[in-house]
Amino acid sequence: MSGGLAIAVRVSRIDTVAANIKRFRLVRHDGEPLPVFSAGAHVIVSMDDDGHRRRNPYSLMSAPHDTSGYDISVLRVAESRGGSAFLHEKLREGDALTISHPVNLFHADKRGRKHILLAGGIGITPFLAMMAEFDRANVAFELHYAMRSREHGAYWQELVERYGAHRVKRYFSAENDVLPVASLLHNQPLGTHAYVCGPDRMTDFVLRTARECGWPKSNVHSERFLAPISGKAFDAELLRSGIVVRVGDHESILEAVEAAGIDAPYMCRGGACGQCETAVVACNGVLAHHDVYLSEEEKASGRKVMICVSRFDGTKLSLDL
Amino acid sequence: MAIVFRQETFRDDFTYRNSPGNIRRFPFPFDRDEYMYSVNMEPHVRGQAGTVYESLIDVDEHYVAEMQDRALVLKEDPLRYQALPHMMAAQWDTLELLMEEQAAGYPEHFTLIRNGDRWRWINRPLGIDDTFTFGDRSTLPYDPFEYITRQAQGDFCIVDQRDGNLWMDAGMVTTQADWSLDFDIGMNFMEWHGPVPLAHQIGVFDRALKFLLNLQLGKPTRRFNWTMTINPRLDTSPENYHKWGPDRTTVTPDNVGEKVHLRVELQSLWRLPRSNAILFVIRCYLISMNELVTVPKWARRLHRVLKTLPPELVDYKGLTRYRDNTIAWLSKHDDGAPTSPGIFPD
Repeated sequence: MSGGLAIAVRVSRIDTVAANIKRFRLVRHDGEPLPVFSAGAHVIVSMDDDGHRRRNPYSLMSAPHDTSGYDISVLRVAESRGGSAFLHEKLREGDALTISHPVNLFHADKRGRKHILLAGGIGITPFLAMMAEFDRANVAFELHYAMRSREHGAYWQELVERYGAHRVKRYFSAENDVLPVASLLHNQPLGTHAYVCGPDRMTDFVLRTARECGWPKSNVHSERFLAPISGKAFDAELLRSGIVVRVGDHESILEAVEAAGIDAPYMCRGGACGQCETAVVACNGVLAHHDVYLSEEEKASGRKVMICVSRFDGTKLSLDL
Repeated sequence: MAIVFRQETFRDDFTYRNSPGNIRRFPFPFDRDEYMYSVNMEPHVRGQAGTVYESLIDVDEHYVAEMQDRALVLKEDPLRYQALPHMMAAQWDTLELLMEEQAAGYPEHFTLIRNGDRWRWINRPLGIDDTFTFGDRSTLPYDPFEYITRQAQGDFCIVDQRDGNLWMDAGMVTTQADWSLDFDIGMNFMEWHGPVPLAHQIGVFDRALKFLLNLQLGKPTRRFNWTMTINPRLDTSPENYHKWGPDRTTVTPDNVGEKVHLRVELQSLWRLPRSNAILFVIRCYLISMNELVTVPKWARRLHRVLKTLPPELVDYKGLTRYRDNTIAWLSKHDDGAPTSPGIFPD
């Protein structure tokens, strides 16, 4: 599960929606509909930045039932590793990108009787899809949306218009207007679920406050992205085959071995079944075990590796393959 | 090529049989001469023609008869179908998936015409031609999940994902190996697997759960499970134990070939798009010992698997009373020759 199935898309439209925030509409390259998704889902966007491959996760913000295209919004981050800078400055309408299938690690609890959404800045994006879904299903929700200023905040005017001021509350820190997390969480009916997406400090504060207010853990949700299993490229020596394969930064050892024409055993390709367990003969560096198969002791011993998901960082890795 | 659907029964006179062509495509689950639990999951991708992997939702010659048997079970016991209220999006996801896969795999038998939310579904083997509004429950004669699983072979469970676990929150279960949806509904993954021996201790369920929580859209996965059943009976439920339990005492050295059946479940698991739930398809295949030994490799291998099966599994799978008779009968078909790797006939 190193990459997920890729979908070739084209950027059909780029809009500037607030200071430092652009919205990108992605449509399938072959003109077919995209998969329906569930609100809260994200995709991994792969970009080719002058031969440098960048992969960033972005929440899908368009209505989940709209299969004609996906919308994402991207904040230009000052200390960007390059992804948001590339999307803001280099990407043009008509350009090609590759995206993964949607993955959802931030889904609404469908049993909830009421949903409170707490957004900070660009953290609004997954909630745009969620609100479309709640509204369509006639489910009670409230959005509490904190922004730096009127200019820096995206979509707040249209959200107030669409869902009404009783369901959309906005807070601008430039106007000393602070989101009242504690009073909000203190007095909610049973069966309410709260969701937070924003800067880490905000997320931590909401989770802590909810705990202090006695909320059950299962009713408080924060956004998580799938961490793509990737890292620096490295070489793996295959002793039995007598060759060295280069494992790319987003490739698994298994994929590199297969590309070299060597038949290695595998089954689930997700680090669970144990089929691709491979003996490590020499390891000068650190193995990054991403599987759920090996025990902690086996991982610590450094003598085995599950080549479908795990990686290596160091100078020499020799495998019994 | 159009499938010729058999007229047959899974109860009373038990006229169920596999045609010679269907025997060759039987999903024999053992890839070696002994068996133990493992996380035996692999990507669910299309395979060769003439195997059950030809389409991702397999339809075979037993389709019409199985759907008739399901209707009988539901008539006697409507609780074999249940769906909790928060599962409606997952119900529509399932209807879409099963219609699309059946229409794609068997265009001569099934047609789906989508015109926005207005859908027309034609099921020729069952004589159904319905037009309905996708997403509008009132335009179908049943819940969407019940509607489509009355028209698809296999049992179906939809599990909701939350709190780092999977919850059995909807199901259509009429062809089960001795478990009850009515008992398990609302349980989580560890709870409904509670009775399985040995596998918990070797960590199979911890790994399988972690794997499934990461299951991705567009990348379904599959595994086999198996047991044995006396007479070709689909509905071996706890609710009806009084009907099928005593069958296990009727096996004699002379009737093993016709009475004893290998029962294989081809389980496929699919992430659903709208609901983020997982559809769990448990497709049951039955083959009598007489039919099975027409493939010499399978005869040799099943004999060896049964001989070496751990006693806990013999008991859990309910084989205790007839295992010895079956091994003795199969031994006549095992000359000790080595078997080739893999599950397919030589």
